Amino acid sequence: MTTFLEVDKLTMRFGGLTAVDGLSFKVEHGEIHGLIGPNGAGKTTTFNMISGFYKPTEGQVRLRGEDISGLKMHEVARRGVVRTFQHSTLFAELTVMQNALVGTHMPFRPNIFAAIVGWDREDRRGAEARAGEALEFFGLDHLKSDLAGDLSHGHQRALGMAVAYASHPDVMLLDEPFTGMNPEETRQMMDLMRKLRDDGITILIVEHDMQAIMGLCDTITCMSFGKFLAEGGPEEIRKHPAVIEAYLGGARHVA
Amino acid sequence: MRNLLIFLMACAALIALPHGLSFSQQEILVFLTINILLVSSYRLLTLTGEWSLGHVVIMGVGAYASALFTKEWGVYVPFGILMGGITAALLAVALSFPLFRMKGFYFLIGSFAAGEIIRLLWKRFRDPFGGPKGIKGIDPMPDFSIGIYDFDFFEPVSYYYLSGAVVALCLWVLWRIERSPVGLTFHAVHWQDKLAEASGVNLRAYRTLAFAIASGFAGISGALLAHYVGTINPNSFDVEVMVFVLTWAIVGGTGTFYGPILGCVVLTILNEIVLREMGFEQMRPLIYGAIMILSILFMPKGLESVVQRLFSRRVPEGAKGQEAKT
Repeated sequence: MTTFLEVDKLTMRFGGLTAVDGLSFKVEHGEIHGLIGPNGAGKTTTFNMISGFYKPTEGQVRLRGEDISGLKMHEVARRGVVRTFQHSTLFAELTVMQNALVGTHMPFRPNIFAAIVGWDREDRRGAEARAGEALEFFGLDHLKSDLAGDLSHGHQRALGMAVAYASHPDVMLLDEPFTGMNPEETRQMMDLMRKLRDDGITILIVEHDMQAIMGLCDTITCMSFGKFLAEGGPEEIRKHPAVIEAYLGGARHVA
Repeated sequence: MRNLLIFLMACAALIALPHGLSFSQQEILVFLTINILLVSSYRLLTLTGEWSLGHVVIMGVGAYASALFTKEWGVYVPFGILMGGITAALLAVALSFPLFRMKGFYFLIGSFAAGEIIRLLWKRFRDPFGGPKGIKGIDPMPDFSIGIYDFDFFEPVSYYYLSGAVVALCLWVLWRIERSPVGLTFHAVHWQDKLAEASGVNLRAYRTLAFAIASGFAGISGALLAHYVGTINPNSFDVEVMVFVLTWAIVGGTGTFYGPILGCVVLTILNEIVLREMGFEQMRPLIYGAIMILSILFMPKGLESVVQRLFSRRVPEGAKGQEAKT
């Protein structure tokens, strides 16, 4: 059986700088997989290559055995891999509902001729239902008609995920979803992610909040300076000497 | 019910309107309806965040195409107008390949260059474009009668009714597009193209779609113009006209559907009637420029923001939430 999502010897060079260097790891279907590492380890670059934002210099990303590296972002998205962005990348000028409706673009493809004549009522209703469902899941349904730019930071992060969730993804790539959330919001968000996983959505997550990562992930891949460092369950990673060294510095540096 | 009444009254007013005007004012009214379509089609392109400087040349493509189809091949004029629009849209699709490698300012400059190339081609090739003198003696709309009214297309009033009907239909289509999920996607492409792409939106396809639709309707407006005036030349579609379109869109505001239309109507009335009556013949472009600068300085959201303020005061609190939901 082929691996669900496989990153194979992925390399990204920006001029002379090698941001990601021969990184390989596998993500199993239906798990929450964490990608951690110190600042500048190349986590976000890896994300950008998987989602099609960057074209990798070398190596492949395979989804169900199909090579998806070098495809455009919307082509990757149409294969079921949907990402969120760091910070709050949203349509700030549109309402919360409209944001979620953009997320339903893939399951309910707009058709311009049907739209002019008015034959797309079913689709519009379906899209609205799906968008409402996604908002409800992330607890945003009471804010439907607010402008996305006016939401609190935590709500904006949740909306970013609702937009991704509205498209019925198979894999969600979450780029630092807990940034700027208070502990209570983080806890709620973790519960939601477990629910997503139980619905059969595979989650790949980049995060700095160690407590959240350790409590949430089934498997964790740790990288440092663009290279693979260690992989395993939370307990394994917590005690792994190479990981501790990468984060805290080696014993030899301690005077 | 109330809306229907307002709509019928507006229709009646628009039908009665030309009968209270002088002949030259009736002619201006015809140009105004054509320009409304031009500026509204321009707004559809600006929905995706791209501003073009070649829109008037694209309008000219529609005009030339329709003129040549009817003159050379004897195509029935109404079909010629439609084919003019289709030609402009197809040309836009072809132009999108080089132009949409660029965004923002680069697209602006690129579209200007593309427009000038087309204009120079018209000037260079006397056959079939007629060179710098353009095309003369374009077939007028054939006269016809609908029982209660005889259309005689040497009369501006008749042509006003025809172009008014065509423009109204086109505006309805543009409005439907904007209010549809397609329109929402255009907005999404404008505000956050990366997030839109991550949601599966094919950016290139949607930019091209907006460009082609905008160009198609601009082509129809050009064709309407050609069959009214009867003669077109490369200078009828030069950058000076483009500046007028930009001024209408900026002074009116592009945030709403009616903004550019409002800008077009107000500035045309100001330009053609008020300033002409006051005797500013030579100075009119100067005043036009001053209006544009003043409106950018003091009314950055355009005339539409004034209208919105007027209406939001009258709307009671309860109805406001309703408005936001739709």
